[in-house]
Amino acid sequence: MSKIVRGRPGQTSPWLAIPTIAYLFLTIGIPLFITVVYSFLQRAKIGMGVTWHFSPKAYKDLFILENLDGTTTFDTRYVKVLWHSFQYSAVTTVATVVLSIPIAMWIATRNESTRNILVAAVTLPFWISILIRTYGLRQIIDDNGPIGWIAHKLGYENFHIIYTPIATMIGLTYVFLPFMILPIYASAERFDFRLAEAAYDLGAKRWTVFRRIVFPSIRPGVIAGIALVFIPALGSFLQSDMLGGGKTNMIANVIALNFTQARNWPFGCALSVLLILLTLLLVQAIRLISKKFGDQVSLV
Amino acid sequence: MSSVKTRKLVNLRNFPTFRPVSWFVLFFLYIPLVHVIVYSFNSSRIATIWEHFSTKWYFKTFHNDDMQRALKNSLKIGFAATILSTVLAVLAALGLVRMRRLGSAFAWSLIGAPLIIAEIVLAVGTLGFFMAVHIPLGIFGMVLAHTAFCIPFALLPIRARLGQLDVAPFEAAADLGANERQILRRITLPLLSPAIVSGALLAFAISIDDFITSFFISGPGSTTLPVYIFGMIRSTVTPEVDAISTLLLLFSGIVLISSYVLNRRRR
Amino acid sequence: MTNSFLNIANVSKAFTTPEGGTVHALDDVSLDIREGEFFVMLGPSGCGKTTLLRSIAGLEYPDSGVITLDGQRIDDLPAYSRPVNTVFQSYALFPHMTVGQNIAFGLEMEGINKTETAKRVSDALDQVSLSGLDKRKPSQLSGGQQQRVALARALAKQPKVLLLDEPLSALDLKLRRGMQIELKRLQQQTGITFVFVTHDQEEAMSMGDRIAVFKDGKIVQLDTPQEIYRRPVNSFVADFIGETNLLDGIATADGVQVPGGGFIARSVIASDCVVPASGSVTIAIRPEDLKISDGSGSLKGIVRDVIFTGETVRVHIDLGTTEVVAHLPSYGVRVPDRGETVSFSPLDQSARTVAS
Repeated sequence: MSKIVRGRPGQTSPWLAIPTIAYLFLTIGIPLFITVVYSFLQRAKIGMGVTWHFSPKAYKDLFILENLDGTTTFDTRYVKVLWHSFQYSAVTTVATVVLSIPIAMWIATRNESTRNILVAAVTLPFWISILIRTYGLRQIIDDNGPIGWIAHKLGYENFHIIYTPIATMIGLTYVFLPFMILPIYASAERFDFRLAEAAYDLGAKRWTVFRRIVFPSIRPGVIAGIALVFIPALGSFLQSDMLGGGKTNMIANVIALNFTQARNWPFGCALSVLLILLTLLLVQAIRLISKKFGDQVSLV
Repeated sequence: MSSVKTRKLVNLRNFPTFRPVSWFVLFFLYIPLVHVIVYSFNSSRIATIWEHFSTKWYFKTFHNDDMQRALKNSLKIGFAATILSTVLAVLAALGLVRMRRLGSAFAWSLIGAPLIIAEIVLAVGTLGFFMAVHIPLGIFGMVLAHTAFCIPFALLPIRARLGQLDVAPFEAAADLGANERQILRRITLPLLSPAIVSGALLAFAISIDDFITSFFISGPGSTTLPVYIFGMIRSTVTPEVDAISTLLLLFSGIVLISSYVLNRRRR
Repeated sequence: MTNSFLNIANVSKAFTTPEGGTVHALDDVSLDIREGEFFVMLGPSGCGKTTLLRSIAGLEYPDSGVITLDGQRIDDLPAYSRPVNTVFQSYALFPHMTVGQNIAFGLEMEGINKTETAKRVSDALDQVSLSGLDKRKPSQLSGGQQQRVALARALAKQPKVLLLDEPLSALDLKLRRGMQIELKRLQQQTGITFVFVTHDQEEAMSMGDRIAVFKDGKIVQLDTPQEIYRRPVNSFVADFIGETNLLDGIATADGVQVPGGGFIARSVIASDCVVPASGSVTIAIRPEDLKISDGSGSLKGIVRDVIFTGETVRVHIDLGTTEVVAHLPSYGVRVPDRGETVSFSPLDQSARTVAS
C-alpha cells in the first residue's frame, strides 16, 4: 500500500498562491515584457505609442547621433546621463554609509526603550511620501529658505545650491538614509559588544576595535544598505526633477521625458531596458560580494 | 577589575562622533517635514517667506474642488488597492509556505520586483501594457497597478507572523477534529489577523503616497493627491502645498501608528 | 478484546538527517495496549517514543506498519478523524480563544449542539478543578493551570485513547508530583486508556500500569513497573530504571569473580537468572540491596564518599577498578567513614545477571 504524502496540520495548499502569482505576472511580468518589445519598435508618427515595425533604432540612438546631412557622430549626451546617474548614486551611497554607521551603532548601544523609539523615528520617514519629503527638503535648501538665510548671515552672499547636482545628491541622501540605517542597525543590534570589550582588554585602540572587530560584524548590513540605496538611487526621478532643476540629469528623467513631451516610447523603453539590466547586474554583483565575505545579506 | 571593564564598555557607547552625527541625522530627517508643517500656517503668498501665523491656506484647500477630487480619487484607489492586495498577500503567504523551490523562487522574484526595479520602469511598462490591451487610463487601471506594488508591503508583516507561529496549535486543532478548512478559518486566520490588518495599513499608506506610477497612468479624471501636489509645486508654490502636504502627513501618520501599535500588541 | 485494544504492528519510520544519513526513529515496533490501562512509553530523548505517540495521533505517518484501534485500522486516517486526543508537551492552547472556547473547540468540530457542549465544557473544567476560569485567556493562567486546560480540552472529547506527550515536563517538581497523582486518579475515574510518554523513569514507575522502555527506535522491555525494576532484561534497562551497580565479572563454578578480588556467590544471584559455568558476565545489583557487614562480606573496598540525602545515606565504595554505591538507611545502622575499608555483600537473591 502506498502512503499519501501529507502536509503538517495548518499548512495550506500551495495552489492558494496561484492567484497572486498570476496577478503579479499580469501586472509586473507582462509590462516588463512589453517594455522590451516596445524598445525594438518604431515611435508613432503622431501622438503617443509605437508603430509595429521592428527597429533597433532606439538602441542606436543611445550612442549615435544622425546629423541632418546623413552623417553620424558619436552622441555623448546619454552616456553623460548614465555617468551622472552613476556618479550621483555613488556619492549618495558613500554619504549614507558615512552618516548611517554612527547612528546605527549609537542606536544599538542605547537601552531597549530608547532603541525602540529611535528605530521607529528612523523607520517613519521610510513610509512617508517621497514627494512631500523632497518638497520639504527643497524648501529648506532654497536660497530663500533656512539654509540660504544662515549662509547669508555667515557672509556667503553668493550661496546657491538649489537646482544644482549637489542639491540632487543631498535630496537622494535625504530620501534614502533610512534604507541604509535600518539594515546596518539590524546587524549592529546582533553584535555582541563584549567582543569589543575583549578587544580593548587585549590592548586595541578605539579605531582598531572599530575596524577589526565592529566593522566585520556590521558589514552584512552595510552591503545590504549599499544595494538598497544605490539601486533605487540610480532609477530615481523626483530628486533631480525637483532639486536638480535640469530635466535630463538622470536616467529616469530622460525616460519620463520620452513618455511625456518627447513622445518617443521606443527610446524610453530602451532606456528602461538598460536600467533593468543595470539593476540585475548590480543585484548580482552584491550577491557575489556578500558571498565573497561569507555574509548573510538579505535584500527583501 | 569589573569596574574597569564597565568603563571600557561605556567607552564604546560613547565612541567619538557617534552622538553628534546621530543627532545631525535625526535633525536632517525631520527638519524638512517640520518646515512643511510650520509653513502651512504661513499667511504669505510665497511658500518660502514667513509672514505671520494664519490658517487661511487650510480654508482655501477645503474649498478647492480639484484638491477635493484628487483626495477622493486617492482614497478610492487606496481602499480598493488595499483590499485587493491584502487578500492576494494572505493567499500568497499561505500558499508559498509549501510551494516547491522552483515555483517559490519565481513567485518571490515577482513579489520582490516592485521593491528592486525602479518604479519609473514599471510605471511606463504599465502604461505601455494598458495601451496595448486598451485599458483606459483611469481609476480601474490605477487600482490594478497600485495593487501590484502594494502586495509586497502587505505581505511583509503577514509572512513574518506566519514564520513566528508555533506548529503546536495547528496540531492540537487537527487532533481535536478540525479539518484543513476549519483550521484555516478558526486558527490560522485569527492568529494572523493583527498582521493582516497591519499589512493592510502599510499597503494603504503606500498607495495613497504613491506618486510616480500614478503620474504616468492617471487619466484626466483620476488624478490623485500626490499627482495634484506635484502639479502645484511645478506651477506657483503657495503655502497651500504645505497645507495639503501636512494633511497627507497627518493621514499617513495615523495609518502608520495604527499599524505599529497593532504589530506591537501581538503576543 | 481486552488484550488488543490499541494494536501497533510492525511500525517503522525513518528520517533523513541533514548530513544525508538515515535515523530509524521507529524500527519495526509491535505493541498491544489494553483497554483502560495506564500505559507509559519511557526512554531517553530520541528513542522513538514521541514519534510513536504522534503516529497514533496522526501527526506523523509511519513508513510502514499498521495501527488498529478497537478493531478499526487508523494509521491511514487523518489526525482529525481519529478517536484519540493528545495533551501536548507545550500545551498548545489556542492563544486567541478563552479557556471555555478552547475546550469547546473539539466538541464544535464534532457538531455537538450548544447545550451539550456547554455541559461538557463545565464538566471537563470540574474534572480538572478549574471551574469558573472558562472566561480567562490562556495567557492569564499559570503553567499548571494551562496544563489542566490542555487536559480538560482533550478529555472533553471523551476519546478512546488519551495520548500524553511529556505533559508534566515543564512543571516544577512539587507541582509535577501533585499532577502525577491527579492524572492517575483521573485515569481510574474515567476509565479512558492513557498512553503517556516520558523520559523520567520515576514518573513512569509511579504512574504506569505497564511500561515500554524504548531505545534507538525499538522496545527493549515491556512489563509492569515492578517487573522492570526487579528483572531488567539488560544493562541499559537496569541502568535507566532506578540506580544500579553494574559489575563485569568472570563466571566460575560457585559464582562470579568480580574485579578487586571480590566474589558473588551463586546463592545471592536470583534463581531465575542463568549463570554460565564460565566466561564473562555482567551482574546488576541495586544499591539498596548491598549490605555492609563486619568483615564477613564477599566484597571489599575503600569508602570514597558518604553522602547524606535525607531518606538514605549513599556510600560510594571503591573496588579498585570500579566503584559501587550502597544505600544505607539514614538511621539505625552504623555508617562507615571515608577512607575506611569495608566488607559487604548483596542480599540473597538480589543480584542479577544482565545482557550487556
